Amino acid sequence: MHSSNSKLMLPSPETTAHLSLHNVSKVFPGRTSLVDRGLGRASKAFLAIANIDLEVLPNTFVSIIGPSGCGKSTLLSIIAGLSQPTTGQLSINGRAISAPGPDRGVVFQNYALMPWMTVAENIRFAVETVYPAMGIPEQQSIVQNYIGLVGLRGAEAKHPHELSGGMKQRVGIARALAINPQILLMDEPFGALDALTRGFLQDEIERIWEQERKTVILITHSIEEALLLSDQIVMMTRGPAARIAQVLDVPFPRPRRREELDQYPGYHGLKAAMEQHLSHETRTVEESRIQ
Amino acid sequence: MTHQVLPLTLARAKLSKLNTDQQAFLLFIVILLVFLGLWELGVTLKLFLPIMPSASQTIADFWFWISNPFFDNGPNDQGVGLLLLTSLRRVLGGFLIGSAIAIPLGILIGLSPVVSRAVDPFIQILRPVSPLAWLPLGLALMRDSEKTALFVIAITSIWPTLINTKFGVSNVDSAYLNVARTLGASRWRTITKVILPAAAPNIVSGLRISLGIAWLVIVAAEILLSGGIGYFVWNEWNNLKITSIITAILIVGLVGLLMDRLFGLLQHWVSFGQKS
Repeated sequence: MHSSNSKLMLPSPETTAHLSLHNVSKVFPGRTSLVDRGLGRASKAFLAIANIDLEVLPNTFVSIIGPSGCGKSTLLSIIAGLSQPTTGQLSINGRAISAPGPDRGVVFQNYALMPWMTVAENIRFAVETVYPAMGIPEQQSIVQNYIGLVGLRGAEAKHPHELSGGMKQRVGIARALAINPQILLMDEPFGALDALTRGFLQDEIERIWEQERKTVILITHSIEEALLLSDQIVMMTRGPAARIAQVLDVPFPRPRRREELDQYPGYHGLKAAMEQHLSHETRTVEESRIQ
Repeated sequence: MTHQVLPLTLARAKLSKLNTDQQAFLLFIVILLVFLGLWELGVTLKLFLPIMPSASQTIADFWFWISNPFFDNGPNDQGVGLLLLTSLRRVLGGFLIGSAIAIPLGILIGLSPVVSRAVDPFIQILRPVSPLAWLPLGLALMRDSEKTALFVIAITSIWPTLINTKFGVSNVDSAYLNVARTLGASRWRTITKVILPAAAPNIVSGLRISLGIAWLVIVAAEILLSGGIGYFVWNEWNNLKITSIITAILIVGLVGLLMDRLFGLLQHWVSFGQKS
């Protein structure tokens, strides 16, 4: 099951997974009933994402990037099992998934920490829920390990309202990792943070990933963030009916350092390709809104 | 030179400028003195009906009741301390019974939309009814004024707690529920560890409103039943002792304030920086 100290050092094959998405689409049904029409609130069905096929190999860090409102978060919540795909199948290591489960750890954009629990209690809640049979000393040592991993020693007994945004997201990351998931899902985890804290936490994620080497899927808006952290970058088109436009490989050696990033061969080419794609998609979205 | 001038100016500014709290307190004292002065003057100049006591008589009588709260010369001549204990015992007893019904029921209807819709008509019809309308029913069913007081207070205490509990339970931030879902938490664990603590600030604010209303109602109920501070008010009206009635009004107000503050502390304690 959960071996506490060794797994912080080495990637263990059974804790990572091959995720595959086949033909996944999501339609949000519109309000078309007579009542809704009578009240003037009828809306058409909305096809958010269409026919997504994606293979995420074990131990890879994959970023999903695309213009605002393209359905990135919808896709992530489908992978997390919080939302059901309208068509298509998902599987982890060949096993179909349709509901949330502790094989996937989720880091939420708004942190989603329980305000009535301390830092340690928030992480402990996750460990206790996923491993109810585990002894309390072992649970506590896992909690302590991950508090140390994200650099929150000394803040164990604080409540979330006493923490800064960056510290809250560290707790969110520790909570997601502490259940030892096969896949880590992060939905714009740094979106609500200021630029300096954001950069600092990105470096932390890079450092933690070097230790854990989980399969990671990161939703992001930031080209630099994607280039710093990812092995692969999935670029999505604009919605509705968003699909995958292109998958870029990021072959930079690790560990990566933010300040050296632009010296890797191919950096500028990748960055230019992403900028071009995103600005084209965004411009089309903006223009279609004006009309 | 500026180094010497600065502390001096600061000191003078401190003396001449009181902060908002201090200003408000001064104004409070001024309003109180003006009110008492006009009252005293009005009685001296015989501007009011002759039954109206003067401010000084009222204060003296107030002091008499406050300084000797626990005397007992039979059921119609007790100190305010004993009267208050009777009323508080009834209010707390009824409030506990009402809360013991309202909180579990509120949790149930908050969790289940079907039960919520089924029970809603009962709540909507019974909630606007004055608690005193239940009093004759209580007397008929219980044939005992003590039990009837508990019955009326319990019914009074149900509605705000019930409605706030239901609101808190059914409006838990979906982010917390998603966390529980992604961890695969059982329904029971989600309810006890996530939904109830998240709803706690709402539940406590419902209890706070319930207790406030119960305290309002006990005075009226006791005028109709017997014993307690409410009956004292009615008894002193029959004795034409207006000073005692004014004393009772002030004491009821002070006790209500104190209970509300205690619940305010409890509310703060369960909120953890959340809005409530």
